[in-house]
Amino acid sequence: MNSAHLLEDNTSKEQLKPRKKQSNFRKNWKLLIFIIPTIVYIFIFAYLPMYGVVIAFQDFAPGDDMLSLNANWVGFANFTRFFNEFRFKQLIVNTFMLSILGFIVGFPLPIIVALLLNSLKSKKASNIFQRIFYAPHFISVVVMAGMLYLFFGEYGLVNNIVRALGGSGTSYFLKASMFRPLFIFSGNWQDFGWSSIIYLAALAGVDPHLHEAAIVDGASRVRRIWSIDLPAILPTVAVMLILSIGNLMSVGHEKVLLMQTGANISVSEIISTFVYKIGIGGGQYGYATAIGLFNSVINVVLLVIANLSTRKLTGNSIW
Amino acid sequence: MVEAVKMRKRRHWRKDTIGDRIYYIFTWFILILLAAIVIYPLYFIVIASISNPDAIFNGEVYFYPLKITFDGYKRLFDEPLIWSGYLNTIIYTVFGTAFNLLLTIPAGWALSRKNLPFRRVITWFMVITMFFGGGLIPYYLLVAKLNLVDNPLSMIILGGVSVWNVFVVKSYFTENIPSELLEAAQIDGCGEFRSFWHVVLPLAKPIIAVMVLFYAVGHWNSYFDALIFLSDEKYFPLQLVLRDILITAEVTSQSGGSAETIIEQAKIANQIKYSSIIVSSIPILVFYPLVQKFFKAGFLVGSFK
Repeated sequence: MNSAHLLEDNTSKEQLKPRKKQSNFRKNWKLLIFIIPTIVYIFIFAYLPMYGVVIAFQDFAPGDDMLSLNANWVGFANFTRFFNEFRFKQLIVNTFMLSILGFIVGFPLPIIVALLLNSLKSKKASNIFQRIFYAPHFISVVVMAGMLYLFFGEYGLVNNIVRALGGSGTSYFLKASMFRPLFIFSGNWQDFGWSSIIYLAALAGVDPHLHEAAIVDGASRVRRIWSIDLPAILPTVAVMLILSIGNLMSVGHEKVLLMQTGANISVSEIISTFVYKIGIGGGQYGYATAIGLFNSVINVVLLVIANLSTRKLTGNSIW
Repeated sequence: MVEAVKMRKRRHWRKDTIGDRIYYIFTWFILILLAAIVIYPLYFIVIASISNPDAIFNGEVYFYPLKITFDGYKRLFDEPLIWSGYLNTIIYTVFGTAFNLLLTIPAGWALSRKNLPFRRVITWFMVITMFFGGGLIPYYLLVAKLNLVDNPLSMIILGGVSVWNVFVVKSYFTENIPSELLEAAQIDGCGEFRSFWHVVLPLAKPIIAVMVLFYAVGHWNSYFDALIFLSDEKYFPLQLVLRDILITAEVTSQSGGSAETIIEQAKIANQIKYSSIIVSSIPILVFYPLVQKFFKAGFLVGSFK
């Protein structure tokens, strides 16, 4: 009888479902008012430009109606033009090198810093270190690039130190080989502390009893980091890993543009700066959009792959 | 007996093995080294901005200012664009941040409510924009179509909401507003809007502080939107003016002129650069410690689902 009752209950629930949904809307539609302005904003400023990618398949001139059938449709011509571009290989390599080198240094560093900070016995000392480490994050890219020119210029601080130690000075911005180290070093200098916050927040959730028990069992500090702290932040690490792989090909143009000089352009021209120059500077809208689209598609593919493999390996994923 | 247990526990805490001692020495060494690497360049800019440019040039200034002078600041303040840039940036930051908050806090609140209609669809609608976009050119064309090019309003309206921040706010509300509290308010006859205003917002102060910091710093520091959308100097924000002082001058000065005039000019230019970095960073230096303690409220991952 009991099971029959359950069954009955189930069917009635199923019948109720559509009406229930409707009543949820009727009951809670006011909640939508809180978010509708944001939805409208995102629609205009994020989705309308997505629609605009159709000009990647057009020979578009300002004033053209991008959605009309009479638009100058050219198929994949803009893409094949990019693949045949004499700088194509250079652009891909430069973009990829910058992001992959930045990732190799920049991904583990905040994790290590968070583990070290968290292992300090004095909470006060840990807080002081954190306060110091976060500060450079708030420096603007313009000031950051300006600082690099000041410190690494021909008569800058670094050369002064080198000369005082008996070496001879050079202008680092006139050396192509120094662009990547400078870019990556300064990026990490600004953000290693800031990026560690997310791991510190995860570490704050570790049950202190685990550590106490491990101490009683005679585990060393290093052992406790390895067996308690590290597993605790693993889900966070997985999520951050997916996100950074999904952004591997999207090195921001803002800082690169500021650090470009005639001398380092062979390594500092990346996809996004190229898009800016031929699009905004050169007015070749269709071509620039095609390159940008090519870049985002790579990113999406990387993201999906990263998400799938992380889910397989660790059970963590962002969707 | 309890005392004895406590004693034993304490002994365990106190007595480090040799391995642990080596670990702590190593950790402190690394952290102090990192702190020095972070602090020294910043400290150097401060002392360089008030030192005699010849002393800096000759490599005499390392740890403290020499022959203190405020010429760099005087020259900087003679530059009218610094003043207008400063004022413009303050306006863009204040109104832009207010606009950001309007689009972020209520949206985060709505998403944190389990009974929000179409919650999943809305979440996906927003998440997609984090990973895919039309790119620079379609964005530029859209802004042009909206008549926002050469229009200072663009500096307030563009970048109106960061989806990431909406999710941060959402997860803050999910963790910190107990549903019983809301139910109680609604039993007392508070509607959605009144309970948001009188119950939720007062509890949201930490996350609002963090959002103000994130957005305000973003406005204060941004230069690229202004670079592509503004052409009239009188609307230029501070960062664009700084860009001219710090970078454009640097890149162009590498050509032309005799060696000596270049060096003399470089000395003066550098002094202005050091002081411009200080002047442009002061508001953030003042603001940052006030909000610092709230940071952790803003960092909870796993808020996608």
